Amino acid sequence: MEDIGPSVKGLKEKFHVLGVEIFRSEVTVEVPKEDIVEICKYLYSDPDLQYHLLTDLCGLDLFPQAPRFAVVYHLCSIKNNRRLRLKSKVGETESISSVESIWKVANWYEREAYDLFGIHFENHSDLRRILLWDGYEGHPLRKDFPVEGPDFDKPFVPEV
Amino acid sequence: MAETRYMTINMGPQHPATHGVLRIVLELDGEVVVSATPHLGHLHRGVEKLAESKTYHQAVPLTDRLDYTNAMGNNLAYVLAVEKLLDIEVPKRAQYLRVMMAELQRIAAHLIWLGTHALDIGAMTLLMYTFREREEILRIFEEVAGGRLTPTYLRIGGVSKDLPEGVEEKVKAFVRAFPGHVKEYETLLTENIIWLKRTKGVGAISAEDALNWGVTGPSLRGSGVKYDVRKAFPYSSYEEFQFDIPSGSNGDVYDRYLVRLREMEWSNAIVEQALERLPGGMIIADDPKVALPSKEMVLTDIAALIRHFKIVSEGFQPPVGEVYASVEASKGELGFYIVSDGSNKPCRFRIRTPSFANLSALSSMIKGSLIADVISTIGSIDIVLGEIDR
Repeated sequence: MEDIGPSVKGLKEKFHVLGVEIFRSEVTVEVPKEDIVEICKYLYSDPDLQYHLLTDLCGLDLFPQAPRFAVVYHLCSIKNNRRLRLKSKVGETESISSVESIWKVANWYEREAYDLFGIHFENHSDLRRILLWDGYEGHPLRKDFPVEGPDFDKPFVPEV
Repeated sequence: MAETRYMTINMGPQHPATHGVLRIVLELDGEVVVSATPHLGHLHRGVEKLAESKTYHQAVPLTDRLDYTNAMGNNLAYVLAVEKLLDIEVPKRAQYLRVMMAELQRIAAHLIWLGTHALDIGAMTLLMYTFREREEILRIFEEVAGGRLTPTYLRIGGVSKDLPEGVEEKVKAFVRAFPGHVKEYETLLTENIIWLKRTKGVGAISAEDALNWGVTGPSLRGSGVKYDVRKAFPYSSYEEFQFDIPSGSNGDVYDRYLVRLREMEWSNAIVEQALERLPGGMIIADDPKVALPSKEMVLTDIAALIRHFKIVSEGFQPPVGEVYASVEASKGELGFYIVSDGSNKPCRFRIRTPSFANLSALSSMIKGSLIADVISTIGSIDIVLGEIDR
């Protein structure tokens, strides 16, 4: 049995954990989306853990599974030199709470996940598209979105 | 009295000091910035989506084009992620060659930054100096890999070619001369009164805020946090090299400048160590299912030709799983998160780029400062829009 670290032990004691997976000595913890803010708060503020750096936050399309999406959080604790991956599944019509109140960088990451996957974040201060322009239709990183774009064979005539 | 209204100004997307096509909407009270809203996406090419439709080998050239000043480092982050997924061992010689190229590339990237950053602030001369040294590095890359800006030198399992004859001497000559050049740059800037006035105390960010904004790389170390992926999570044999992590204390533009200068010197020292201790042996992993055979083998051995064709046309099928691998790129932590569903193409290809997070911190750095300081602050966080917009 590989060392799962103090963070997973703490999470298991305090919260409802859906699953722990270890692949290539990277720990992934799946948690219910309702608890995500509380869990992140705990991981951030616990004096023994101190996950002060949200390295990455991204969406994941699990099509054709249900619930369809997952939000993946990569946390890094500089004090303990440890990484931790959290994963939380979100259905197509559901939304997940924003962790912007804990890590400010989540603002842009969540905007990106919203832009490219259409995942909705509750309590986000400014949820709009970030890489694509306002008024763009569709979410390109979804699995049912064609690589060439939906209208690649149609002539582009701008409205005058 | 008329009511107070703020003036809104568009900076970019064609402004030369935004280092690419970044648009920042500034709300101004006179000359003081009240708020700044960056608008991204002018360079969005859908690299993540594109890579999901390609085999693992085909995605390597895409990574060169993220942060186009740091192509070798981008290659390295990606191939490390795939190698972790496949769980293959890379030969020592290839690891050392990777370190050597990544550090030369870091110097080249920092030289572009130094030249353009100084140019933004008004010190024109430096650009001529820094591009002179950068040219030497690019010539070395051209000889080694065949390309200058986008060499695509690394392969999954190793590197594409061994060092050609005579290159070691050129690298040695560069390494010997470079510390003198850094001193040259310093005589122009470090104690220059105009430079000090334009950079000291400008665009400052505390260590706590910088971490909260996800800032990494020299911009974070300028605030005093000694976080460097090369030391914290060593990869590609970095644990065998002696180097220090320079850091600042004030987190302002000047400290970030000093951190990068010192970093160039340490990178130079790492290149020197890699050259001294360069081990012999293979340059690519001995794994026939993954590693591409050499050109000579393909042209002389029918089995190698078939193998080459199979790998190029079909690719390989890694096990189901997900990995995250990151390197200390010139701008900060560059990470690749790859989810494999067992097919020959990645199911999710996520790129965590340092510039994206670093830029998100910009608005908090420049709130309340003057427009002129916006220019020097953008320069000091060293962004490249190619990796922000992907």
